Amino acid sequence: MTNHWIDLRNSDCILVMGSNAATNHPLSFRWVSKAMEKGATLIHVDPRFTRTSSLADIYAPLRSGTDIAFLGGMIKYIVDNQKYFHEYMVNYTNASYIVGSKFGFKDGMFSGFDSGKHAYDASAWDFEKDENGNVRKDPTLQHPRSVFQLMKKHYSRYTPDTVSSITGTPKEDLLRVYKAYSATGARDKAGTIMYAMGWTQHTVGVQNIRTMSIIQLLLGNMGVAGGGVNALRGESNVQGSTDHGLLFHILPGYLPVPSASIATLAEYNKKFTPSTKDPLSANWWQNRPKYITSFLKAVYGDNATPENDFGYGWLPKLQEGKTYSWLDIFDRMYDKQYTGFFAWGQNPACSGANSNKTRQAFSNLDWMVVVNLFDNETASFWNGPGVDPRQVKTEVFMLPCAAFMEKEGSLSNSGRWAQWRYKAQEPPGHAKPDGDIMVELFNEIRELYKKPDAKSAFPDPILNVKLDYTAQGKFDPHAVAKAINGYWTRDALVGGKMYKKGDQVPAFGLLQSDGSTASGNWLYCQSYNQDGNNMARRDNKDESGIGLTSKWAWAWPVNRRIIYNRASLDLTGKPWNPKKAVVEFVGDVKDGKYVSTKWKGDVPDGPWYPLKNPDGTDRPDGKKPFIMKVDGVGAFVGPGLKDGPFPEHYEPIESPVKKHPFSNQRNNPVAAVFRSERDVYSTPSDRFPIVGTTYRVAEHWQTGVLTRWLPWLLEAEPEVYVEMSEELAKAKGIRNGEKVVVESARGSIEAVALVTVRYKPFKILGKQVHQVGLPWHYGWVWPKNGGDSANLLTPAVGDPNTKIPETKAFMVNVRKKAEV
Amino acid sequence: MSGKSFLIDTSACMACRSCQVACKAWNRNDGTVTRNRGSHQNPPDFDGNTFKLVRFREVRAGNKVSRYFFSDQCRHCIDAPCKDVIDSAVTGGAIQDKATGAIVYTEKSKGAPFKDVRSECPYDIPRQREDGTIVKCTMCIDRVSNGLQPACVKACPMGGLHFGDREEILARAEKRLATLKAKYPKAQLLNVETVRTIYLVVGDPKEYHKFAVASANPGVTRKVALRRMFGPAIDALRTVARG
Repeated sequence: MTNHWIDLRNSDCILVMGSNAATNHPLSFRWVSKAMEKGATLIHVDPRFTRTSSLADIYAPLRSGTDIAFLGGMIKYIVDNQKYFHEYMVNYTNASYIVGSKFGFKDGMFSGFDSGKHAYDASAWDFEKDENGNVRKDPTLQHPRSVFQLMKKHYSRYTPDTVSSITGTPKEDLLRVYKAYSATGARDKAGTIMYAMGWTQHTVGVQNIRTMSIIQLLLGNMGVAGGGVNALRGESNVQGSTDHGLLFHILPGYLPVPSASIATLAEYNKKFTPSTKDPLSANWWQNRPKYITSFLKAVYGDNATPENDFGYGWLPKLQEGKTYSWLDIFDRMYDKQYTGFFAWGQNPACSGANSNKTRQAFSNLDWMVVVNLFDNETASFWNGPGVDPRQVKTEVFMLPCAAFMEKEGSLSNSGRWAQWRYKAQEPPGHAKPDGDIMVELFNEIRELYKKPDAKSAFPDPILNVKLDYTAQGKFDPHAVAKAINGYWTRDALVGGKMYKKGDQVPAFGLLQSDGSTASGNWLYCQSYNQDGNNMARRDNKDESGIGLTSKWAWAWPVNRRIIYNRASLDLTGKPWNPKKAVVEFVGDVKDGKYVSTKWKGDVPDGPWYPLKNPDGTDRPDGKKPFIMKVDGVGAFVGPGLKDGPFPEHYEPIESPVKKHPFSNQRNNPVAAVFRSERDVYSTPSDRFPIVGTTYRVAEHWQTGVLTRWLPWLLEAEPEVYVEMSEELAKAKGIRNGEKVVVESARGSIEAVALVTVRYKPFKILGKQVHQVGLPWHYGWVWPKNGGDSANLLTPAVGDPNTKIPETKAFMVNVRKKAEV
Repeated sequence: MSGKSFLIDTSACMACRSCQVACKAWNRNDGTVTRNRGSHQNPPDFDGNTFKLVRFREVRAGNKVSRYFFSDQCRHCIDAPCKDVIDSAVTGGAIQDKATGAIVYTEKSKGAPFKDVRSECPYDIPRQREDGTIVKCTMCIDRVSNGLQPACVKACPMGGLHFGDREEILARAEKRLATLKAKYPKAQLLNVETVRTIYLVVGDPKEYHKFAVASANPGVTRKVALRRMFGPAIDALRTVARG
């Protein structure tokens, strides 16, 4: 979330799309309902009428996988009806930038596509530069190659009729949504988006979110109270795991993982440290060298020296051009490229797309270690349905671990708050906290690497790691949290202040690139500093009036509760909407000019002056609001992704539509597609004519490894069901409550038919299209008649950037169980 | 009349079932083995281990879908017919707590005729355990008498459940009703004069649940009337007979 949960109450219009927040993030609705009490409009756009819909002012159905068409139509509506926030857009986005003449768009494809590599060369859309290397701009927005005009042209095809024909949303519902949401383009109004896996789990996942980001920038909704782009995380600590580098392509703090060709730290810094000639751009990533060096010092301690590049050479590197996402890992495991595997705190046999492929891949391993609370479908895969244990060579080790209330540590929520949590009770039996298991494991491995015969195995990265996070022989979460914050590695005089070796670094502004600071994650520098553990703060007083509660826990970065908050101000530093001011510049004024910097409200996105003085004159020392972007502005056209520069509608890999009305390019040309014999995809056919999707219920967590064992939750949602319309049930002769078979090109499961008025067939390009949906929380181990995972049906194809699989839109058939 | 009351604002409910689970957790009531019978409502009804149940209904009229979520529980009637039935059979099977007005069944309720107790309840609340004990919501009397909120009220993330002094709850109910009337002209409070669990609904109460309002003819059956008149005498006779 760019904003945070409480901030939802400040919104004038809340769009929930790609999420069923009322069911899956129930607490969020405490704040949604507070906004509604003050007159906010709640809109829900979803294939199914859900609990969220039942509380909404406007519900609009859409077929799964057509969000870009829906939102592209909204961009057209905003532009055509001039609902955008003109002053914001001209000053704080790249709308006025001139795109180079190599830019082109024809029949669904942008210029720069290499059909051999299945990849775009983003330089085809570079901005036009003047002789000094500065981007050419047209503040009147009239230049035909200005971003604004190109965007207007691009979405001119997204008329309500065309959009309605492919999304299945009735035209009048589309227009109601467009009208209500675009009203937040007024300077004193804010609109927000709550989205979740309904947007990310598509082959166009990132582009779904980018389309909404464009809308938020058009309407001036970024950086303001009640606005933002808000991802509702699917786990209590998904935000934290991403922040701390769980994914293959990032180190903690969103530092890129180097590839093998980047041999030295200097090369790394050159490649990943952006520079700009624009004095008005803060270009925050210019600080990258400080963060990577501090990170290396945290990992390798005293072994990291300037002479050895701070141990940069010991960091694992990505093989050039290779990715290591979930989908890649199981594809390679299926292809027998791995011999061992740790399934730590997860249950891939049920949680990953195309679970049959995953389950078969396990049998290619020599060994597997499962760290979890209960037996599960991964740990017992060798004993699963259709598997002959005698044929499985894989040796499985089960390590019991502590549950979340049996250990101390921090959790980072969707709103970027790191909150400290205490242990409620000891874990049972031999179960241990993950930290203890890791420390023990690492110490054993290190001993092995110390042996003389390990010399040939390149032991340096293991032997040089600093791992001293224990107290009294036990893993100590405080020691880790302190190292994540960072400390001085030697006495240092900075800005006239003396810091002692071993002191905590107060905040990331003080991190250094010379090795004098260590910080495990620059973004969390300030979370555990000289003031103590700021994540453990529990003062919920709100002095802001807009629910910032700045003394409750701690938020990254530097306790900023709403990021990009300089965009909530006009050019002179005064709030667009004084009634819900996030920050305000209150520096002293002399003769119409600011003469000192002073801020009130939230922690501003940097201390600098505003762009203009009160008398309207420009300030050469002011800064633009989007400080993480090299040019300081929000991007309508934004290279940096695998996709083209503007989001474009493509069908899901599996869809009921042979051809869509926007172009002849049916699918995302850069989607991540896998080609094993288990990766089969259906084409539009009578065999799998029904759109399928997956979702969650409030009562179960992920694959249910924890919640399926809790009787109070299990009795409420005891088994897998498939929701379908009365029309589909009638056509198939299915009665509510009877067992049916749901099948896709990859697998089939039995489920209870839940026939409901909350699904209605769609009219897509003049034809009736049905959709059904299933929860994916179940598995064959327990309960015995609970059914199996809906992921046996889903395809292992992914978004090109994130490699998140397309489990929200695929094709299935449904039939009565008795039929053969 | 003082004591305590609940306000259950159904307009705020999104059926997260926190109340249902919190009730089970506090009362240490076992989970029951259930199946999905084509509904999200589960367990299907009150039972010996389920004192709080979120009931689900959905209706489509044209393009409009309406969902009705009803967090059902004992109303703690001010003049409770169930207590009369139990009292007429056994002494001390049901207690009305003086401070709160809570109707609480005891282990002695085993001796009461369950069918009559249930049929006399205008809201179809009481259920029986295998050992014969009659059970239902206790108003979390053990929590409330220690200054805590009932478990369900504490668990509600939406602020849809309220509990407090009756006057305060009545005032809150009227205020909330007035607010909701603007958007929902059919909004109403159910049986507000006769119960301590006051429901605020925004549509036809029958759409929520058959027993959302007091059933039309809770009337006292002949058998119960007799018991009520001669209850203690019958008990005395039994005692003599056993003697």
